Parts: sequence; C-alpha cells; structure tokens
Amino acid sequence: MKELTEIRWHGRGGQGAKTAALLFADAALAQGLYIQAFPEYGPERMGAPVSAFNRISSKPILLHSGVTNPDIVIVLDPTLVESVDVTEGIPDNGVLMINTEKTPEDIKKTFNISSSIKVFTVDASKISKETIGREIPNTPMLGALIKATGILGFKEMVEDTRKKLEKKFKSKPEVIGGNLKAIERAYNEVKG
Amino acid sequence: MAKSNIVARTGNEAMAEAMRQINPDVVAAYPITPATEIVQIFAGYVADGLVKTEFVPVESEHSAMSACIGASAAGGRAMTGTSSQGLALMAEMLHIASGLRLPIVMADVNRALSSPINIHCDHSDTMMIKDAGWIQIFSENAQEGYDNMIQAIRIAEKAKLPTMVMTDGFIISHGMERIEILNDEDVQKFIGEYKPEHYLLNTEKPITIGALDLPDYYFEHRRQTIEAIRNSKSIIEDVSKEFGQKFGRTYGLFENYKLDDAEVAIVALGSTAGTTKTVVDALRAKGLKVGLLKPRVFRPFPKAEIADALKSLKAIAVMDRSDSMNGNEGPVCLEVKAALFDKGLNKTLVNYIYGLGGREIRTQDIEGIYKELIDASKGKAIEKIQYLGVRE
Repeated sequence: MKELTEIRWHGRGGQGAKTAALLFADAALAQGLYIQAFPEYGPERMGAPVSAFNRISSKPILLHSGVTNPDIVIVLDPTLVESVDVTEGIPDNGVLMINTEKTPEDIKKTFNISSSIKVFTVDASKISKETIGREIPNTPMLGALIKATGILGFKEMVEDTRKKLEKKFKSKPEVIGGNLKAIERAYNEVKG
Repeated sequence: MAKSNIVARTGNEAMAEAMRQINPDVVAAYPITPATEIVQIFAGYVADGLVKTEFVPVESEHSAMSACIGASAAGGRAMTGTSSQGLALMAEMLHIASGLRLPIVMADVNRALSSPINIHCDHSDTMMIKDAGWIQIFSENAQEGYDNMIQAIRIAEKAKLPTMVMTDGFIISHGMERIEILNDEDVQKFIGEYKPEHYLLNTEKPITIGALDLPDYYFEHRRQTIEAIRNSKSIIEDVSKEFGQKFGRTYGLFENYKLDDAEVAIVALGSTAGTTKTVVDALRAKGLKVGLLKPRVFRPFPKAEIADALKSLKAIAVMDRSDSMNGNEGPVCLEVKAALFDKGLNKTLVNYIYGLGGREIRTQDIEGIYKELIDASKGKAIEKIQYLGVRE
C-alpha cells in the first residue's frame, strides 16, 4: 500500500455517500490505519449530486486540504456518470468503480473513459435489494472496493463489520446477516 | 501512562465527548446553525442520562452566555459552544464573563461572519472578540480540539478567566479522524473538583457580583483582568505540561515544526498548520530549509517567545484567515510584527490573507508562499500584503 491513498465517493443526496466514507474509514481504523472521512462542504439536498472523501494512511495524516487527485473514485449512482465528470483528477492507473449492471467495457465505451483508468463495476443496488431488502448500495460497495484495490484485509473487515453490527442491531439479527452477505456478494461479483 | 481508546470521530464529536467526560454542571446553548452540532450531540448525552449537567436550551447566543455567566457566578462549572454569528451575538456578554472573572469554557468552531452569509471556515469570529479578555486556544485537528477542551477547564479555573477552544469549521468540525480518547475517570482526575473561591450560592460569604464601578475603581478592576491574562501564560504552560506527562501529548504556547535551522518560515493557525507541515516535509526532502510556527495560544499572545523562535529567519510569512479591516495587515501578522519590533528584528515579513469564507487552501498555494519567501530572502522585491487565491 502506498503511504497515502485518497478516495472520492460520488452519490446523490440521501444515498449514503458520506455514510460510506465514514464506514470505510471506520473499517480502516480497525485495521490500525490512520484515516480521514469528510463530506463535500456544500448544501446537502436530497437527490442532488454530492461527494465525500477518504484519506487512508499507515502514518498520521496532517494534510487538511481537499482531495483533488483521488487514487480511487466510487460512484454510487450510475446516472451521475452522465452529468458529473467522475473521472476528474484521477491519476494514471487510478481506479473508477461504478454501481451499475453494465460491464466495465460498456462503461468505458459509452463514456469514453481514458484507458489509463482501471474501471470496475458491480451491481450493488441489486445486491443490496436481494440481501438487505432495500437499495443501500454503499454497504456492498465496501466489499467491491476491497476486492478491486486490496486496500484492506477482507476477512478482517468482514469480522470487524460483524462485531459492529452485532452491537448496533442486537434485536434485529436479520439485518446483520443481510449486510454481511451484501459485502461478500459484492466482493465476489465485482467485475474489472 | 494513562490508557486511551482509539476511535474515529469528527471534530464536533470529539469536542462533545470531551464535554461529556468533563460533565459540567450547566451547559446553556442555542444549538442551531451557525453553531455546529457540538451542543446538539451533548444534549443527547443529557437526554440519555450520561451526564448530570443541567442543559439550558435558551433563545439566543446572547442568552446562552448570560445563562453561563449566571451558572458560573453561582459556583458551577459552565460550558457552551457556538460559531460565527452566534459568537458575534454573545459579544456583549463575553466581556462581562471575563470582567467578572468567570471560568466559563466554550467551544468555538471557526466560521465566517456575515455579510455575505457564509458558515465555512474562517477565523473572523474568534478574531472579532480577541480583546474580550478570554483565553483563546486554537487546535490543528480533532485530537487537539479534544485535548484542549480538557486542559481549558483547568486553565480557566486556575486563571479565573473564561477560555475558548477553537477548531476549524467543516475542515475539522465535520471531518472524521483517528483520535485517542482518554478514560472518563482519568479526565475527571485531571480536571479535579471545581472549588470556586467566591460564588453567589455561598451563603456564608455573601457577595455582590456585577456591581456598578465608577471612575474611582473601574480602572483597578480592569487592571486586574489585564494582569490575569498576562499571568495565564504560565498557567497554560503548566497545565499543558502536566497533560503531556499524564497522557503523552505535550503542548506548548506554540509549536515549532522544523524551525531550528530554517531560513524561511510560515506562521499559521489551525488546520492549515497541518497542511503546511506536509509541504515543509516535501520541500525539506528537496533540500530547502523551510519551517513552520503554529501559534496555539492566541490570547495571551506569547510575544517574546514567538519573536525568539523567529529571530534567525531570513523571511517570514504570516497567514491570516481573517482581516483586521484596518487597511493594513491581518490580526496574527500585527501581533507577530509587534513581537519582532520589540526584539529589534527588522525581518522580511509578508502577510497572506487566505481562506476567507472557506476558500480552499491547497498544498500548492503553500508551496508558492515558500517559493516567494525564498526569493525574497535572496533580495527579490515582494508584495507585503497578499490575498491568496482571490479573483481580482
């Protein structure tokens, strides 16, 4: 892992981009890493394009400026690719991961994405509907992100998530299983 | 060394956590924008019975400070939190809190003042009341905000002066970071029990608080407050040292970062100091002798100590995230300039006004400042007051 990894999450207001950044940071913290998670500081409106950011490092993070060149970009809502330049600032060999039923090849062709960017896709909406019972793409995206980048240990992450969910949803065990299943399925089903 | 727990927290959550562990007698606040969610989170702790605090949801920040003054004068530990216009609305009562020598502790998340309306990071709110007789402590990140809140209780009560702890709006307040939280009992042990010397509820020693003070005595009382601020410097140093000994994170009046052999340096408050450190490291790797001085305590201003730390530099940039609206430099620059003058140091000193209303400050902006300083140190002419990244 390089010393500092920067991530940008794209979603629509209410879709959980900020929550995804917070969850991911918490998972990275549990693996002994230094973390930052912060939303884009603008008006938050339901349905409007929003972004959130992560910094992950093995060393203390002193940097407090915005993320402009993210190593990894994750898109929770595929329709955003049409209206927002989700590839903005991604360096060569950077990762773009999109929640869509389409293949990486389709996405590359349709949106004319530079060949220097590694594109991954996963149908996180479908997975979340089938496992959690609601469309919450941010939870499965964590599994897909780990598979595509190896940024965190997968087994450790699943174990840590289980512990946290067990604490939070003592009275609703079905929520725990559904979330874990979603993460595992996205890990296995991500294409790229 | 006392044990601590490593957690992910936003700046606001970290400040609220410190308040929970402090468990003050009274928190009075007006917990809506422009305030951040610090007191809202704390109100949750009150509702959940995690603290014994009397929470007073007042109708304005002016009333929040008034209620804190009443609670503190009565002999209780009183705290609050606000930002921006909220601090502006408190202004009248802030002077009364310090004049009455009440050790109220407040979290102030730095946000811009209207107009235009803006609640993003900016130091104008704190700087507006820098002469209100409050001790002012700036924090670089969530950890420092948390640590400073705990220390502020001890500092305020020993100095008999109200104390405010600042974090940068959004950048720190809403950003989640890794922080180390102390154990509740260690915090309680560190802050100790509050035993006010004089207080209204002490029926054995009745006193009058807030009386009229005409020209025959007003000056003597103000003189005492002035002296209290002056003396608070050593109190802050002692408390910070003890905190470091107990918990392993040591703070001074300011922080020197790679300053000892530096030829040029930036003076910057808050989160920008952190970003500047990464630039210092990158430029040092290229062999450039650059450094940083991060003031932590802005009131009292450690004039002699800061001048001494800057004495060997060839050129200095002072970054101000607010303006004094005096047609000259910003508030931090004026302090640094006065400090250098006192030591007879005629330095190349450049003031960069930056980041107003949350305007992004990037590493390349800071790199640019160092490059200009290096050129200036070699004799190149430089504009002495600059407005970084503004469209003109």
